[in-house]
Amino acid sequence: MAQSQGYFFARDQMKEKAKILDKETLNRSLMRIAHEILEKNKGTKDLCLIGIRNRGVFLAQRLARCIKQIDNEIIPVGILDITLYRDDLTLVAANPVVHKTEIDFDITDKLVVLVDDVLYTGQTIRAALDALIDFGRPKSIQLAVLVDRGHRELPIRADFVGKNIPTAQNETVEVRLEEPDGKDEVVIVEK
Amino acid sequence: MTWTRKDLLGLEELSKEEIEFILSTAESFKEVSSREIKKVPALRGKTVVNLFYEPSTRTRVSFEVAAKRLSADVINIASETSSVKKGETLIDTGKNIQALKADIIVMRHNSSGAAAMLARNLDISVVNAGDGWHEHPTQALLDIFTLKEKLGKIAGLNVSIVGDIAHSRVARSNIWGLTKLGAKVTVCAPPMLIPQAIEKMGARVAHKIETALENADAVNVLRMQFERDEDAAFPQQLEYFQAYGITQERLDRANKDILVMHPGPINRGIEMSSEVADGANSVILEQVTNGIAVRMAVLFLVAQASGKTEADAE
Repeated sequence: MAQSQGYFFARDQMKEKAKILDKETLNRSLMRIAHEILEKNKGTKDLCLIGIRNRGVFLAQRLARCIKQIDNEIIPVGILDITLYRDDLTLVAANPVVHKTEIDFDITDKLVVLVDDVLYTGQTIRAALDALIDFGRPKSIQLAVLVDRGHRELPIRADFVGKNIPTAQNETVEVRLEEPDGKDEVVIVEK
Repeated sequence: MTWTRKDLLGLEELSKEEIEFILSTAESFKEVSSREIKKVPALRGKTVVNLFYEPSTRTRVSFEVAAKRLSADVINIASETSSVKKGETLIDTGKNIQALKADIIVMRHNSSGAAAMLARNLDISVVNAGDGWHEHPTQALLDIFTLKEKLGKIAGLNVSIVGDIAHSRVARSNIWGLTKLGAKVTVCAPPMLIPQAIEKMGARVAHKIETALENADAVNVLRMQFERDEDAAFPQQLEYFQAYGITQERLDRANKDILVMHPGPINRGIEMSSEVADGANSVILEQVTNGIAVRMAVLFLVAQASGKTEADAE
């Protein structure tokens, strides 16, 4: 979502306002979330992670590594592309690119943790829930996000939050990760 | 790369990048058909009209399945049962469909250029499902998609097309698409079924089937339309099979991993033997499955492009 917020604005029009997380604090937040996921679900039985494209996928893979460090268990990680489930396709971007969804395990009766980078209006999560239900009927669906920036338009909340960041509507939260962006950081950008 | 065309009329007019964009979008759509619930809401509330002026089952059904898996509503119009019989012109029919607030017309027509003419006269999207001897873009896209899926690439491949090249829109679309993506195309047919200008499209001509199969990574075998047999120059069925039919023996003498493709419906014992059609080299049924993904991608892309006003595009 942080990314889709940026579609309308050229990069040079945006001004970096504050760095919220750096490499160390970002990874510490992920490790804490991993502990919380294990605590709430009483271990790794039936647990799986599903990352929402794009950055949610990298976060889900990292959380799975954290969980392996803590419990020495490997849990399945899936990838969800929600482009086909958005009800605002023509508004979001001039040309949405459809990517693959890759969930190669059955989610029925599983404890699914959806993972995304930024929770904002809740529209992405709404679409992700629709998509997920088409794959099966999980025992529960929980939500983990690195940043909750407020301004919800739907009755949706996160179960696990890396950092709550109160923002103004004219600001954007940018999550940058080592895998796609070359460095780990979260910054607030003013449009 | 951004997709901006409201219509898909042929591969001749598309750039290499546009063709690759459709193929990569189709890769994402393929997974949808493997789900237990084979449906996504991407075209919910859109109406797709299949307007067929020539008999067709597999292409029409493939488009219908693709549209339904995208949650669009589908209406089928066959010319035998419509006002076309009463003398309505193509453009009038198109404007009536547009007035019904349909979003996409998928059309098959026996005149080359019919889809382009309709597209020029309408604001809604037109997808060419075959126009005369001109083009059948989605068939070529699904052929290329299957090749790429099986062999990992298109550039540098040797692809032979065997059969009635002269009357084949499938051959023409395949030649445009494959050569743009860097494959080498050889066509093979009895001399009277090879158009003179085919080499200008970038294809080589082989008159013997052995030459066409030698070094080929894939052979796309076209349907021989013996029902069009008015032409005295048309070969006899048995004669054709002996000279050009794909047999296991002929394949064994060529590349043993050669892919055998056919757009269907197959005339067993004329274009190829049953042994080949059902054999290890055949990817004919995978083409059918891939056709759904390719057509879903095409419907999705043209719908996105036509749904946009200029303000949205900024």
